[in-house]
Amino acid sequence: MEHIRLPKVENVRLIDKISSRRASVGTLYLTATHTIFVENETEIRTETWVLHSLVCSVEKQATTTTGSPLLVHCKNYQALRFIIPQERDCHDVHVSLLRLSRPGAQRYEELYCFSFHSNSDKEVRGQAWDFLSLKDEYSRMGVPNHLWILSPVNRDYKVSDTYPAELYVPKSATHPVIVGSSKFRSRGRFPTLSYYCKENHAAICRSSQPLSGFSARCLEDEQMLEAIVRSNPRSDFMYVVDTRPKLNAIANRAAGKGYENEDNYSNIKFQFIGIENIHVMRNSLQKMLEVSEAWSPSMSEFLEGLESSGWLKHIKAVLDAGIFIAKAVAEDGVSVLVHCSDGWDRTAQVCSVASVLLDPYYRTLKGLMVLIERDWVSFGHKFSHRYNHLDGDPKEVSPVIDQFLECVWQLSEQFPCAFEYNERFLITIHNHIYSCQYGNFIGNNQKERTELRHQEKTHSLWTYLWENRTDHINPLYRPDHSQTQGVLRPVTAPYCFKFWRALYNRFDRGMHPRQSVIDYLMAIREETQQLEEQLVSHEEVRQDRRADDIGYVPNHTLFPISCTTFDQDHLIEVAVLVLVFFLILCSVIHPRK
Amino acid sequence: MEFAELIKTPRVDGVVLRRPFLPTVEGTLCLTGHHLILSSRQDNTEELWLLHANIDAIEKRFVGSLGTIIVKCKDLRVIQLDIPGMEECLNIASSIEVLSTLDSVSLMYPLFYRPMFQVIEDGWKSFLPEDAFKDLESMTEEWRLSDVNKDYSVCSSYPPLVAVPKDVDDDTLRKAAAFRHGGRFPVLSYYHKKNGMVMMRSGQPLTGTNGRRCKEDEKLINATLRAGKRGYIIDTRTVSVAQQAKARGGGFESEANYPQWRRIHKAIERSSILQESLIKLVEACNDQSHSMDRWLSKLEASNWQTHVKEILTTACLAAQCIDREGASVLVHGTEGTDSTLQVTSLAQIILDPACRTIQGFQALVEREWLQAGHPFQQRCSQSAYSNSKPRCEAPVFLLFLDCVWQILRQFPCSFQFSQHFLVLLFEHTYASQFGTFMGNSASERSKLNLSQKTVSLWSWVNRPQEVERLSNPLYEANCLVIWPSVAPQSLLLWEGVFLRWKRSSRCLDEAYDEMVHIIQYNKELQNKVNNLRRQLAQLETEEPLLQTP
Repeated sequence: MEHIRLPKVENVRLIDKISSRRASVGTLYLTATHTIFVENETEIRTETWVLHSLVCSVEKQATTTTGSPLLVHCKNYQALRFIIPQERDCHDVHVSLLRLSRPGAQRYEELYCFSFHSNSDKEVRGQAWDFLSLKDEYSRMGVPNHLWILSPVNRDYKVSDTYPAELYVPKSATHPVIVGSSKFRSRGRFPTLSYYCKENHAAICRSSQPLSGFSARCLEDEQMLEAIVRSNPRSDFMYVVDTRPKLNAIANRAAGKGYENEDNYSNIKFQFIGIENIHVMRNSLQKMLEVSEAWSPSMSEFLEGLESSGWLKHIKAVLDAGIFIAKAVAEDGVSVLVHCSDGWDRTAQVCSVASVLLDPYYRTLKGLMVLIERDWVSFGHKFSHRYNHLDGDPKEVSPVIDQFLECVWQLSEQFPCAFEYNERFLITIHNHIYSCQYGNFIGNNQKERTELRHQEKTHSLWTYLWENRTDHINPLYRPDHSQTQGVLRPVTAPYCFKFWRALYNRFDRGMHPRQSVIDYLMAIREETQQLEEQLVSHEEVRQDRRADDIGYVPNHTLFPISCTTFDQDHLIEVAVLVLVFFLILCSVIHPRK
Repeated sequence: MEFAELIKTPRVDGVVLRRPFLPTVEGTLCLTGHHLILSSRQDNTEELWLLHANIDAIEKRFVGSLGTIIVKCKDLRVIQLDIPGMEECLNIASSIEVLSTLDSVSLMYPLFYRPMFQVIEDGWKSFLPEDAFKDLESMTEEWRLSDVNKDYSVCSSYPPLVAVPKDVDDDTLRKAAAFRHGGRFPVLSYYHKKNGMVMMRSGQPLTGTNGRRCKEDEKLINATLRAGKRGYIIDTRTVSVAQQAKARGGGFESEANYPQWRRIHKAIERSSILQESLIKLVEACNDQSHSMDRWLSKLEASNWQTHVKEILTTACLAAQCIDREGASVLVHGTEGTDSTLQVTSLAQIILDPACRTIQGFQALVEREWLQAGHPFQQRCSQSAYSNSKPRCEAPVFLLFLDCVWQILRQFPCSFQFSQHFLVLLFEHTYASQFGTFMGNSASERSKLNLSQKTVSLWSWVNRPQEVERLSNPLYEANCLVIWPSVAPQSLLLWEGVFLRWKRSSRCLDEAYDEMVHIIQYNKELQNKVNNLRRQLAQLETEEPLLQTP
């Protein structure tokens, strides 16, 4: 609270982005967690709440006769323009917001998740974290088995402090091989299992770059890769995919890093897939946002801006890489080792995109949660750095998981029946990766999160999403639909990629379709469900009536069987049914004169 | 038949057909006067029946004695025919070239076509101006139907009957017509029931460089204003284009002579530029390279989406003047047969829920395009692939359909029809067995006696099975004005036309079927539940009788 210089400012105007002439007047409040704007309109009193942790920039503009403008940009692409009457007030709000929105480096305890519903039952909260288990996920994939085992080597984060404690490795990879290999890889991130295809034993493995320099080699690392090849009995080679542009990889050699030399590793096929680095991606997003946030751009300005940002080109590159790997695994039955530099950005993108393409499970609500938990959270994607949770190095910030979520969205546009979740689900996840409201994404790796005791002190997003899953269901999804089955084979011709308006212009309500097909279908489905229930109960009433006619007296003290299993949501319906029953009973027992 | 001499080789065996998304077929190729037919002996493969009129361009290639003809259609489909024998191939190619570019109206297919379906309602009589006027009469008495143009002498591109202000006599109309481009004096396009405001359209005034004026024209349009009210003139050209028009005898309404009107200039491009834009867009869609930069830059350079945005923006402006400002509007460009009609018809889609029904949309196309004198035959004689020099071709109507599709995307539950209807109209404007889009005006169609000699597209569309196919399952009548967003982010490339033959729509079609299934199942259940309720209610009323001792 000590950071709030001014808790309340009156007569503030909030300017509408679409038509700058429109403005609403109200009161601005600063709380420990939110900026709240309450409109003066007495009838409705519309409130706008902005979480401090979602604020990415606060800009105070030159004072004019009408007041001091304050521009607040958020990480979820909300942009607000306040006009504060007194410059002094504006200054105070500005300074307060700057501090509130960015806890100092390493001050994790200030993050919103540590104060969000902190009083709730600790036991319930702890259980909620058990909702997803990676152990279950690996066993769903079929490991451990006779080819892959759970390795205790990183139990105390000693071999790699950015890797999870539980890792799956080829059975034939011995402890010294693993440790030796890890010493030859950036940050000790040795090759380990990401996805395993039960049907044909092909696997997607991931690691960081080898410390090969110009000529160095490491026997254990070579043995490690050999062990991966051998754990796929149907194939005598594997792909090693370096997701960086070749030039970048070559440049790394000068720093004693680099890529695998095909001559040193037996039975590998080496392949570059040029996905640009985090700095290029950061600038690309920045450029794209300039167009999407522009005030009334012409069509040419928009398309030119979209092109020059390169954003869709990068999305296509990530998706193409995922397709390459999915094809190797599904069609050729060949295992793939994926890495980039550290193996926590591009590698995470490509492995998870490939998983979505390969396995229908990741196209379900729970599946996508598990996938993010596995390929991103557990494998040490640096959430706090990339999404700027704390006041850190701006060069570490980059929209890496955003690109993964967008790839999934682009796929869902091509395969509208294949995904159990809708785009709102992806947008909600995106929002909370930045919001710090839940503890899932704080810190930069599992070790840090464990030290922060996030499972004791914070809530899990996944349970929240699961409890609210009806909002996130795609009504067109059917588990038995042909699109749902098997491997997705998307077309990646450039015209198949669209600008994701629902995310990047999320708060520009006027730009979105005014009627939502999804909402319409959801309402229909809900109604259908009610009708199905009514049908059952009406049928039963009718049958009972018929039974009455032939002199059988049913036991009316019992509900129709279908109703006894109703949960709370259906209490009202049950009540109505009881009433109907009662009325019918009355008419039976007390015949009208 | 005179076609016989144009067909040197009427039949070739062993021709291989390759087309998008369908398996390769080998069979016999036949040329008739109007069709290119390929049929195989197997029953399970689909035959190809292609109207010559649908062929935009062909290319020949030879490898040894095997010839290949690439056929590029006006509906943007590209198919390939491998024809054994050089001579046969050359003969076929030259026949197609001649048959697909026949200029003579009397040889056109609709005049030869006999319907294979039962005509329930003759489409030629479905949308008569006098019927449309009856609706207007029920709302207002301020307008009358004038037959000043009954022999097409006042305006060759107008229909015989037009709605004009009641207080303006035919003499005034004749004089006003002399002052407007092509004789297109201001006539009623739309009456806004909610507030009694109107939209009119016309050709440009012929003010010329010396600022000619015409009292009758001024009287005519002022007669549409309520006392003390101002109106808006929406000129679909930029100020400078309108200025330049003066040198050629055209011009615009000056403030001095039309003090009660405010003029707004917008920038909708002229037809030749639109044609070029279509050609560039289709070329971009057919680009084989996988480069995102190249695609986006070609898409941008085609300017197609820019045109969509400009047209929609202008239509929104017209609708806004009428609905929000409560003012009457006059729309014109130069001739008043292209951009003017795009604006007036789209404004009605926005304002009038009736135009969003299947019947209402046909009525709109009939009223605002066919009767209003859009020269369909000239505009649609070539499409995006043609190598011959364009004359008057332009995708004016296609752009209108694209704009309707954009609004449909934004209000998916407010239209009774689906995009299939829009695609169907696109196809039939370029090549059709029906006479609806033949000719360039009502007078031309009447001279050709098309209503007797051809079948109307509407006769085909308004059969129950076709209506069902074109219906939008999400439709729920929406009586409101619908304001589309014209932000670049909100306007998409119309995949259903431009990518139709590039990427399979299987997954999207499946999603559509799924949606239909969900809605149908719901309706079935509703019926069942209602039936049961009725039965129960019946039992209830019978019951006391039974129980009475």
